[in-house]
Amino acid sequence: MQFSFHQQRQDLKDAMSTDYILQTRDLTKEFKGFVAVDKVNLQVRRGTIHALIGPNGAGKTTVFNLLTKFLTPTRGSIHFNSHDITHEKSAQIARRGVVRSFQISAVFPHLSVLENVRIALQRKLGTSFHFWRSAKSLDVLNGRAMELLESVDLQSFADTMTVELPYGRKRALEIATTLALEPELMLLDEPTQGMGHEDVGRVADLIKRVSENRTVLMVEHNLSVVSHICDTITVLQRGAVLAEGPYEVVSADPRVLEAYMGTEHG
Amino acid sequence: MKGKHIGWIVLIAVGLSAPFLVYPVLVMKILCFALFACAFNLLLGYTGLLSFGHAAFLGWAGYVCGYGVKELGFSPELGILAGTATGAALGFVFGSLAIRRAGIYFAMVTLALAQLVYFLALQFPFTGGEDGLQGVPRGHLFGFIDLSDTMNMYFFVLAVFLVGFWIIDRAIHSPFGQVLTAIRENEPRAISLGYDVDKYKLLAFVLSAGLSGLAGATKTLVFQLASLTDVHWHMSGEIVLMTLLGGMGTVFGPIVGATVVVGLQNYGAELGQWVTVLTGVIFVLCVLAFRRGIVGELALLIKRSGIRM
Ligand SMILES: Nc1ncnc2c1ncn2[C@@H]1O[C@H](COP(=O)(O)OP(=O)(O)OP(=O)(O)O)[C@@H](O)[C@H]1O
Ligand SMILES: [Mg+2]
Repeated sequence: MQFSFHQQRQDLKDAMSTDYILQTRDLTKEFKGFVAVDKVNLQVRRGTIHALIGPNGAGKTTVFNLLTKFLTPTRGSIHFNSHDITHEKSAQIARRGVVRSFQISAVFPHLSVLENVRIALQRKLGTSFHFWRSAKSLDVLNGRAMELLESVDLQSFADTMTVELPYGRKRALEIATTLALEPELMLLDEPTQGMGHEDVGRVADLIKRVSENRTVLMVEHNLSVVSHICDTITVLQRGAVLAEGPYEVVSADPRVLEAYMGTEHG
Repeated sequence: MKGKHIGWIVLIAVGLSAPFLVYPVLVMKILCFALFACAFNLLLGYTGLLSFGHAAFLGWAGYVCGYGVKELGFSPELGILAGTATGAALGFVFGSLAIRRAGIYFAMVTLALAQLVYFLALQFPFTGGEDGLQGVPRGHLFGFIDLSDTMNMYFFVLAVFLVGFWIIDRAIHSPFGQVLTAIRENEPRAISLGYDVDKYKLLAFVLSAGLSGLAGATKTLVFQLASLTDVHWHMSGEIVLMTLLGGMGTVFGPIVGATVVVGLQNYGAELGQWVTVLTGVIFVLCVLAFRRGIVGELALLIKRSGIRM
């Protein structure tokens, strides 16, 4: 009894110290005097699905761009697994395990669906600079690539040229490609945007499924998706955090209701 | 892949028979430009980078090869290696300075650097200035194959071309080539997958410049001349034209483009000034009506008819 109680305390302490996978301190981005992101302190708990919501132009995509260093913060710092990654380069951050998707579907249109996923897998082989080696050497990755395609229900499209996929399928492919890197933290920028009703449900389920052993931070306009799958919600307005908490708390917050007045979302 | 095998067979068959049907020096010229265009296409078609300074690699490789062979007693193979290395080294410098810029700025930096080395070529005494470096001896390949014999020279040039082309074809269809395609298709996505895209672009640039150097050095041996024409910005423009005309981003397109342009310049010579106009008209037509270039449009036709069958 005594031991197990002690053990539980220890587990809790371990959990506390590594509790947050991602933290930002006073993260700020100014564009020529216009403050797009204003002293944002994000804390993303490991193993959760965390939503970043807010009206158009609130600065959500800009936050993603800062976290992945596609933009350089004006002030503030970013910590991943308690490493300060504020000054690292985009590709380096990706290699640490923070992998993002894009608001506009980001696939490689003139590669096949299978090749799209394989591009993500091939970096690990360490032969990506080998211009003298045949691309057939990448075929060892096909099995894993097919598994990933199956996980998003795209196995029958493996040999299709990606440009020919319908939009919803492209977004699913994007998620499979992101998953190929086994990211610790996935950043998804509006993964269901522009999708039909059925696709939205499918992608939401998929995100829920893949979040089992990783953390997801997602921008999402579709509040029904947010309420169904997200554990914590941060509301951004004019670059600053307006409210934070579980869906029930945030959705009842009068300031949040006001911020969303007059803006129509999914 | 079947189409590619047919392409290789046709290429080798044409390469072996052409000197018996056409003036061999003309075919050698076409081969040099075809290699140059294929090297350029590795960058434009497969990496998505438009360089407007590729004449620098062609021309300077020619000067170094010519000077080495004529003044320093280099064997032809050493001259060609020296030229290739010059192209690659210049490519490293150009690439390092240009790659941080995107789109039109990238093209402008390469153009500016190429102009700089053009003026160096004009000023340095060893290049022969306006006269160029004349009377470069072809020498003996590996010490015993007399290259002053036209047919010997021809088959040597054909071999150089095939090796260069094979390297390009392999690079396109390698793990490296896959990453290049990814960068061309969606650079931010490639970055977000953890690729240091600048390093890949730089390697592509160096490869392209080195192979352009190979073409330039070989050309110098063929014509026994290295001159300002090859470092001039006209040449940088001409290679863009050949590549687009034949079909950028297709493996064989640049060869066709080079053949058409060089052939036109040769057989249209009696038209005098008008040949430039004719090339211009063909180019405009191509850009307006056949955007994929000759080979690109053909491939599309074959694909469509294949689906109908
Ligand atoms: N590179 C930039 N230069 C100048 N202003 C920018 C830049 N990027 C974003 N902004 C501005 O910053 C603000 C926040 O933009 P952001 O794209 O982050 O909004 P968002 O919350 O993602 O909106 P949406 O819901 O429409 O995607 C906007 O006013 C936008 O115009
Ligand atoms: Mg956005």
